[in-house]
Amino acid sequence: MKQILRLHNLSKNYGRVHAVKNLSFSIEKGNVYGILGPNGSGKSTTLGMVLNVINPSSGSFEWFDSNLSTHKALQKVGAIIERPNFYPYMSAYQNLKLVCRIKEVSLNKIDEKLALVGLLDRKNDKFRTFSLGMKQRLAIASALLNDPEILILDEPTNGLDPQGIFQIRELVKKISQMGTTILLASHLLDEVEKVCTHVLILQKGVGLFAGSVDMLISSEGYFEIQAKDPDQLVKLLNEVEAIGEIKPTRSYYQAFLKSPLEVDELQKYLIDNNCVVTHLVKRKERLEEQFLELTKNQNP
Amino acid sequence: MKRLFLIEFDKLYANRISRILVFSYFLLMTSIALIAAIKFDFGPIKFHLAEQGIFNFPYIWHFNTFIAAWFKLFLAIVIVSMIANEYSNKTIKQNLIDGLSKKEFLLSKFLMILFLSIVSTLYIFAISLALGLTFSNYTELRIIFSEMSYLLAFFIKLVGFFSFCFFLGVLIKRSAFALGFLILWQAFEGILYGFMRWNLFNDEKIADTIAQFFPLNSMNNLITEPFSRLSAVKKVASEIGADFGNHSGVALYEILIVVAWICIFIFLSFKLLQSRDL
Repeated sequence: MKQILRLHNLSKNYGRVHAVKNLSFSIEKGNVYGILGPNGSGKSTTLGMVLNVINPSSGSFEWFDSNLSTHKALQKVGAIIERPNFYPYMSAYQNLKLVCRIKEVSLNKIDEKLALVGLLDRKNDKFRTFSLGMKQRLAIASALLNDPEILILDEPTNGLDPQGIFQIRELVKKISQMGTTILLASHLLDEVEKVCTHVLILQKGVGLFAGSVDMLISSEGYFEIQAKDPDQLVKLLNEVEAIGEIKPTRSYYQAFLKSPLEVDELQKYLIDNNCVVTHLVKRKERLEEQFLELTKNQNP
Repeated sequence: MKRLFLIEFDKLYANRISRILVFSYFLLMTSIALIAAIKFDFGPIKFHLAEQGIFNFPYIWHFNTFIAAWFKLFLAIVIVSMIANEYSNKTIKQNLIDGLSKKEFLLSKFLMILFLSIVSTLYIFAISLALGLTFSNYTELRIIFSEMSYLLAFFIKLVGFFSFCFFLGVLIKRSAFALGFLILWQAFEGILYGFMRWNLFNDEKIADTIAQFFPLNSMNNLITEPFSRLSAVKKVASEIGADFGNHSGVALYEILIVVAWICIFIFLSFKLLQSRDL
């Protein structure tokens, strides 16, 4: 598979603070990547480095598996980081024209991309008259002007109202369906879970996990379970080989699986042992739980 | 090259304040022609400034470039805000992300500096030529096109001054503070000169020799004040064919000093841009 971006031990220090520490991962064509991490975990710094605005302290990265200089490579990339940055005194059209000049693409894509994000009727209005949602959509249109090999979005829904968030999400889905590789940085887990196929988890500048979402959520899931006699239940569950850890919650127990076990098998076993179950659900773990699990281990 | 120029031209042209400033600048340059209209007529005393010899070739090149250079402050505001706006709008960041290299970014700005300086030089050339042809006592081609070095000096002076402004813009990132610093720097050069002249060396010659290397001072030295030369020109006007007054003209080494400063400012701006995280 074609490699789009590869990082080798990339690091960035601000004085004594390690914003990013020895980060290595690669991005392949056609996947949708999510960079997850709490605020201040180094997501934006990492993106800033590969986008030529932050100088790495050490390590290296390469675009498109080649010796292309970073700025030449970036002409084939579409990226928006943090807030949409445009010239406030220029119209939407003028701003995009400038981007076309920088990226060396023809001007006739402008109307098409403005239509895609629903801003065609505002093309001659000045950027400063736009709402935040419109600014963000214009930024996406601008990033798509060159039909990029990869689209990089850093917190694209930050500060938007629910309607704006929805519009941006729909757009991202639409773009990913067109086959564009996407790299999405976010601290909103459900956002990443909904659209991403691969994740990179960062904490305090350290990469904790890089791989597909399926790999991350590879465990067998867990049971939510409660019985009339909880003590008996726990005792019985402890004897089941497939069940590992058992955690009490407010209204039921969570029994995590080490190997496959179906609901009917467990129920039959409990009934055979005269245990009356009041609640029994089998669940797959969600990204959020995995994420909290992973990041918790790093906080002694 | 054309791409970089168009990028910068679009940015500048779309900005209304910059447009107004550039327009006023050229309007002010044109106003030199108004000097020709200065006339006093008090009965027996008749005075017409244009006929006092200030528009005589080749003196007019000296006079007009000296006067016009004062208006460069208007363009300085444009240059400084041209770079400071990129920082305050964070568009410099977006430009880099979109695929402009830091070198290209700098080059596009420098091309605009060159462009504005070239247009100014051509403009002052055209105005002076028109005024000279109207009022000059001599219109022989050989005389008209002598002392053209003042135009070169004018051009270098503008590029030098704008490069300094540009560097301050990159360094300070805020237009108002950068312009403030420019004024402060002018004062600093004056104070330093005064200190060397009266305290350190107590010798005008040594102080002058050192001060000619100061950036703003070296730019001012390019075109010396033309007024003391005016009387000489007037005298010459009555003895046609004589030498056109004694003057030093534009010295090559003075141009070289300013060119060196231009290189230094552009190089420093580049280094600054390169080392900074945005």
